[in-house]
Amino acid sequence: MADPMKIRAKMEGDKVDVRILMAHEMETGQRKDAQGRVIPAWFIQNVSATCNGKTVLSAEWGPAVSKNPFLAFKFSGGKPGDKVVVTWTDNHGDKRTDEAAIA
Amino acid sequence: MDREAISPGRRKVLQGAGGGAVLALMAAAGLFRPGSAWAEWNQQAFEVKNSLNDAVRALGGSSAPEQSPAITITSPDIAENGAVVPVTVTSKIPGTQNIALMVEKNPNILAANFQIPDGTDPWINTRIKMGQTSNVFAVVKAADGKFYYASKEVKVTLGGCGG
Repeated sequence: MADPMKIRAKMEGDKVDVRILMAHEMETGQRKDAQGRVIPAWFIQNVSATCNGKTVLSAEWGPAVSKNPFLAFKFSGGKPGDKVVVTWTDNHGDKRTDEAAIA
Repeated sequence: MDREAISPGRRKVLQGAGGGAVLALMAAAGLFRPGSAWAEWNQQAFEVKNSLNDAVRALGGSSAPEQSPAITITSPDIAENGAVVPVTVTSKIPGTQNIALMVEKNPNILAANFQIPDGTDPWINTRIKMGQTSNVFAVVKAADGKFYYASKEVKVTLGGCGG
């Protein structure tokens, strides 16, 4: 199981500022190991964030997103104490869901 | 890319047990291809090599994207480490539905495609990899289905896709 995400959600005026740091190799499938074998691609393909059951962001990623991906976005309609739930799925079918309360 | 990722062992299991039932079981258990198991992943778009127009077409655009001053890309002019290039995109285009990030000279141009629902700012901040000095495109899909883009050159002193 992958390591937990670090999620920070904070009110900024009437908007919620969300910052997410995920733990993932994001292997491109372009690199070779010392023996010259291609290291197979392993990367997050889908990310989605919800708040109170409403999707506030979703994304499709390729392997060109950096290792241990960082993502920030802002949405309105949240209030302190509401939970922001973030899920990612990688190309191996692994998924991870974490949440944070809006501060 | 996906198909190679499936281990030969698993493939043998599939053949040995004679197909469909096992496949259905695996899909049901969520062990199978993530694309089918959970959400859509536009493989066709992520396989486009270096053409902005082709990538936009794969994302559903009917014509070539139009350059727009309403899209801003904020990133370093020179990235010392191509493996981690911070990029912020702001769109002032009304009804921005999608923001896609593309790197022209990467092995595959499309890096990420974000869907911006109503209520979410057309503003994205993330970090991408760049193999070499290249134009970075921010492509926005507006509510009317038209695509707009902005471009910025980022110089890379140490590539992030080498091996």
